[in-house]
Amino acid sequence: MKIHEYQAKELFRAAGLAVPEGRFCSTIDEAVAAYEELGTELCVVKAQIHAGGRGKAGGVKLVRSAEEARDAAEAILGATLVTHQTGPGGQTVRRLWVEEGSAIASEYYIGIVVDRETQLPVMMASREGGMEIEKVAAETPELILKASFTPADGISEEDAARLASGIGIPDELVEDAVEFLTGLARLFCELDCSLAEINPLATTEEGRVIALDAKINFDSSGLFRHEELAALRDFDEEDSKEVEADRFDLNYIALDGSIGCMVNGAGLAMASMDVIELHGGSPANFLDVGGGATKENVTAAFRILLSDEKVKAVLVNIFGGIMKCDVIAAGIVAAVQEVELGVPLVVRLEGTNVKAGRQILADSGLPIATASSLDEAAAMACAAIGVGGAA
Amino acid sequence: MSVLVGSETRLICQGFTGKTGTFHSQGAIEYGTTMVGGVHPRKAGETHLELPVFGTVADAREATGCNASVIYVPPPFAAGAILEAVDAGVELVVAITEGIPVLDMVRVMERVRGSDTCLIGPNCPGIITPGECKIGIMPGYIHQPGRVGVVSRSGTLTYEAVWQLTCLGIGQSTCVGIGGDPVNGTSFVDCLRAFEDDPDTDAVVMIGEIGGTAEEQAADFVQSEMSKPVVGFVAGATAPPGKRMGHAGAIISGGKGTAPEKIAALEAAGVRVSRSPSGIGVAMEESLREAGLLEICQV
Repeated sequence: MKIHEYQAKELFRAAGLAVPEGRFCSTIDEAVAAYEELGTELCVVKAQIHAGGRGKAGGVKLVRSAEEARDAAEAILGATLVTHQTGPGGQTVRRLWVEEGSAIASEYYIGIVVDRETQLPVMMASREGGMEIEKVAAETPELILKASFTPADGISEEDAARLASGIGIPDELVEDAVEFLTGLARLFCELDCSLAEINPLATTEEGRVIALDAKINFDSSGLFRHEELAALRDFDEEDSKEVEADRFDLNYIALDGSIGCMVNGAGLAMASMDVIELHGGSPANFLDVGGGATKENVTAAFRILLSDEKVKAVLVNIFGGIMKCDVIAAGIVAAVQEVELGVPLVVRLEGTNVKAGRQILADSGLPIATASSLDEAAAMACAAIGVGGAA
Repeated sequence: MSVLVGSETRLICQGFTGKTGTFHSQGAIEYGTTMVGGVHPRKAGETHLELPVFGTVADAREATGCNASVIYVPPPFAAGAILEAVDAGVELVVAITEGIPVLDMVRVMERVRGSDTCLIGPNCPGIITPGECKIGIMPGYIHQPGRVGVVSRSGTLTYEAVWQLTCLGIGQSTCVGIGGDPVNGTSFVDCLRAFEDDPDTDAVVMIGEIGGTAEEQAADFVQSEMSKPVVGFVAGATAPPGKRMGHAGAIISGGKGTAPEKIAALEAAGVRVSRSPSGIGVAMEESLREAGLLEICQV
């Protein structure tokens, strides 16, 4: 689960990590009032969206008067920002964060993720603050210093000092930096984060170590022990179909293609998308109905698929293991009768009770094309919308 | 012979009396798996599915001599259940549970690494040696005893691959689902090594997916250590970056973990990678034919 910068900064502040004073705003007037309230000449007006790269897209502006604050808020609020993380459609700005400007001496990068290889959290630090870390990693990996730590012990003061000194934080500020880094590591583990990133962390002319940006993602599997964090979720930032799918325990991700997919199992769902593309089509979505799909789930899945007007055909691929094909077939028939199916439907069933399942589809009298293999199903779906012949 | 499990496996179940544990334990028993009991902290002394229920894994191990445990415990308690089995010295622990917090698995793996336990999963379908022992949620009937090993990060996609093999008359020695989580127990490399060392496995299917570098590590191992043919598939060529494709571990982040990178690494190591998920069985058939193994692998 992603949260906004302003929310992450509030969590930082609560954990004793230094962040600039700021105000959350959702209107232009609030932004002007925030500028006046903060009282520093230099302030920063920042778009709040769930994606990085806002600065380059025009979502971050320095302002030196109430008038400039108003202009900046007008320009950013309601604008659609397209960054390397938003996708081509971009993301509309609905919220702002106005904070006091800092007299920056130097900027650094700090990030924490769980490293799959060592199977431990790892803190990464770089002197290339403000840069895209992916670029630094690709071009100058030697500029990224790393330290692993265990959730129980957190990062050691020695490791934190090594990173702080190693990226060039001045000696007189290393102690403050160590406190910051150890605090960040603690926060990462206590809140079940999957990512904690500060880009940039700054040292200021006044000699402070302060987070100018803050990004936190939570491990969704850990949310059950942090009820307070659920309130931070911003549904406006998520695809409405994905939110709806979530309510029915469906794993749905919207894509740009024209063939809607409904599959059981994440790996098979990805593979089904892949095989559609091999046949010259393009998947409209990823949808895993899970292992225990019911008629209600299947109906909800169809409704969500068909609410996407890009969808010109639907491919259902079920390998019944625990899930029985006859139950799924009955669910498909019921769902098709309930929702108005205006596009071709291709169903491939395999596995437990497959004969009974295929019989139910055949007996339904509905225009459902059945396929006996994944390849055939994809070819049929592609042919139905007039593409294909590639594979 | 087989890898990790077989007729000598004596299995207990943690989460035995719950709905999921009961359903899949019945399936295991019907398949012929030697199940010797189960664990529930408050139901010690009771009988379930005609098997004894113990209060702890240690008690179960002492009374039954179990050497494997399967875990269907819900996510909040699953890490504790795995650690209990590790501490009791159970040789093989298979964690089916999906949705265990990643940092819980970090804590679990700290202990597993220093132990004698082999952990499979979590968030996996389990492990099966066809005709001998089924541990997990996979449908037993799609499998056929034979000489091809299967290792996969996926569940139903594994069934798809196994079914293709079975339909071609190519049986399986053991099929291992290592799970779709970013931090897990047994890796591709562990399984490939076990298959390489198993005299009754002649070739291996490995099914990867986007995210992480497990496939690249597997490719290195195949290149340097494997003599047996390996056929691969990598799911997620069409997945967009930054989106978690169902499995917690299936995410392209920072431009890393893409399908083309993994396919290239595997092919460079001599793995025959099927571009289509429908072609996995046929690719194995061709590899076996080229290696002169088709006759003994196909029935």
